[in-house]
Amino acid sequence: MTIHAKADADGTELSIFIAGRFDFSSHQEFCAAYESADPRPEQYIIDMTATTYLDSSALGMLLLLRDYAGGDHAKISIVNCNEDVRRILTISNFEQLFDIQ
Amino acid sequence: MIEHEKGLRILIADDSDTDRLLLQAIIKSQGHTPILARDGLEAVVLFQIEAPDIILLDALMPNMDGFDAARHIKSNMGDNFIPIIFLTSLHDADSLAKCLEAGGDDFLSKPYQNIILGAKINAFRRMQSMHNTMQAQRDQIYANNQRLIREQEVAKLTFDKVAHEGALHANNIRYSLSPMAIFNGDVLLAAVHPNGDLCVLLGDFTGHGLAAAMGAMPLSQTFYSMIAKGFSIRFVAREINKKLKEILPVGVFCCSVMLQFNLYQNTVEVFNAAMPDIYLVDPKQGSFVSIASDHLALGILSDQQFNNSTEVYPMEVGSKLLTFSDGVIEAENTQGKMFGCQRVEQVIQESLEEKTAENLIERLKDAIDKFMDNKGLSDDISIASVRMCSIDEFSLRNQLLGIKPKTKPMQWRFSYELQGQTLRHADPTPVIQKLIQDAPLFSTQMTNIYTVVSELFVNALDHGILGLDSSLKQHENGFKQYYAERTRRLEALDSGLICFEVEYSSCQDRYSLKLTVTDSGKGFDTKDWEQSHERSLQLAHQKGLPLSGRGLSLVKKLSDSLVFSKNGSSIEVEFKT
Repeated sequence: MTIHAKADADGTELSIFIAGRFDFSSHQEFCAAYESADPRPEQYIIDMTATTYLDSSALGMLLLLRDYAGGDHAKISIVNCNEDVRRILTISNFEQLFDIQ
Repeated sequence: MIEHEKGLRILIADDSDTDRLLLQAIIKSQGHTPILARDGLEAVVLFQIEAPDIILLDALMPNMDGFDAARHIKSNMGDNFIPIIFLTSLHDADSLAKCLEAGGDDFLSKPYQNIILGAKINAFRRMQSMHNTMQAQRDQIYANNQRLIREQEVAKLTFDKVAHEGALHANNIRYSLSPMAIFNGDVLLAAVHPNGDLCVLLGDFTGHGLAAAMGAMPLSQTFYSMIAKGFSIRFVAREINKKLKEILPVGVFCCSVMLQFNLYQNTVEVFNAAMPDIYLVDPKQGSFVSIASDHLALGILSDQQFNNSTEVYPMEVGSKLLTFSDGVIEAENTQGKMFGCQRVEQVIQESLEEKTAENLIERLKDAIDKFMDNKGLSDDISIASVRMCSIDEFSLRNQLLGIKPKTKPMQWRFSYELQGQTLRHADPTPVIQKLIQDAPLFSTQMTNIYTVVSELFVNALDHGILGLDSSLKQHENGFKQYYAERTRRLEALDSGLICFEVEYSSCQDRYSLKLTVTDSGKGFDTKDWEQSHERSLQLAHQKGLPLSGRGLSLVKKLSDSLVFSKNGSSIEVEFKT
């Protein structure tokens, strides 16, 4: 399992941990990680501590999550990115859409 | 033991009559059909004629022994799996190993045991059926793949027509693009703007295959048609974003760089949406600068949220702009390291020092190939470079592209007359709008111009032609009365004339659009209007807008100037840039 999700005690915040390469092959796992959360969390934390790389389809998946979590009203933080991951997020100007820490 | 399965055809090759008869009896009793050979040579011949399912070969036989026969048979088997089981009285390890080396799949020691032989035949039958399944699947995959390739080839013909090369052959553009790039989601387009600017777009869609190629169609169509109409890249970017947002599913988008090279003033306007840094390389100064992306990729934000700001950079003649897709940065070697920006900058620096900036793309590709230790991989990466040149060189060298930059200021005049009964149902706004679309610099003020045209037309018709008094509208009930009267007079209308004149002119970067509306009516007291306009402006400050006189006030507010003539029956407004 390269992706796993953990909800906090009252289920309002869901943390998704991604290990290794975050690319198209993670599509189903990633979607399953947030779609299975019940009740629907108010806030999402994408923890990239163990993420080595992400490609454009991963960016697409983050957009899918954003859409799922309410589009412009979505509360999603992306945390603990390594340099490569950070660079890709910066080139893509994703800080306009996500809270990147 | 699977009894309902139909029996196999089993070739038995043994020079001993007794053994052959014995084997034949066992095979028959297990429901299979025996085919009999007395030596290796016969076995090889019968293999060709009878096409058995399994072969039992005695090792030592006259004419041709089992080893040679096995080699012959295996080499003629093709893709099929026909198990060969050696029958042998030899027991030493060397001989048994020799059986397998010759192509045998198993061996059976004499004396034969029914159960063992039966079990082996069944085991090989299972293997054979697995082999056949795998082979059928392999063939299926191959056929599917062939079909996919054929479909892509057909699709590519269409894509190539839409996402055509445009002005990519211009002498100052160099690029490297895989022939099937569109199925990697990469698009490179170039067109010459009516004002002589060279416009280039490099796009990179998420994903691969047809899904990635789909978005390339609207993107290319929009790019080519809008540039041809004279829109600048900022508006093209906005329109493409809007289209892609509408049609692409969430999560699919297009990173892109759009460039507009002004060859008169030697500047480049840059729009970088989520593509890697662009490099401006100046061989004369021996220096380079990078331009980072400052936008989200196209197709993510709604039109309202989208920001189409661009930056303009000066570019000396002879300078080069280098842009590429993320494949360059993310090219990964066997140790999992990526090529990265630093290596790109190193290549640029070296080519500047060695004064070989002309071959920047080739050098970059070589460096990537060397880094990946695999020649040719860089062929899938999209890279483009554009050299700034003078407009004279550009138009001289690229005549084949049909490029005739307009050097004279554009001037035109158009008049549109509506008469008599036509006025009852006429709406001149679409005609005027269409006309102004061809004056690209005013396309951003389109809504204002549209409003002004409508208001001027209504003013000319209601007051000039129909002679309605707008003071009627000052009373709440008067509104109803006014429109009832308007309908009555309109139905009875059979004479009168309204004339629109549009004049477009430009002089040294200053553009003007003049709109004159003249009607055949008596006109009105323009001085009085001006005064009441002033008064209502003051009133508007105190308690909102008055009910009447709003039309012309609005026109005055939206345009750069408003002038009455012919006693107010002719009104001229001007828009300037």
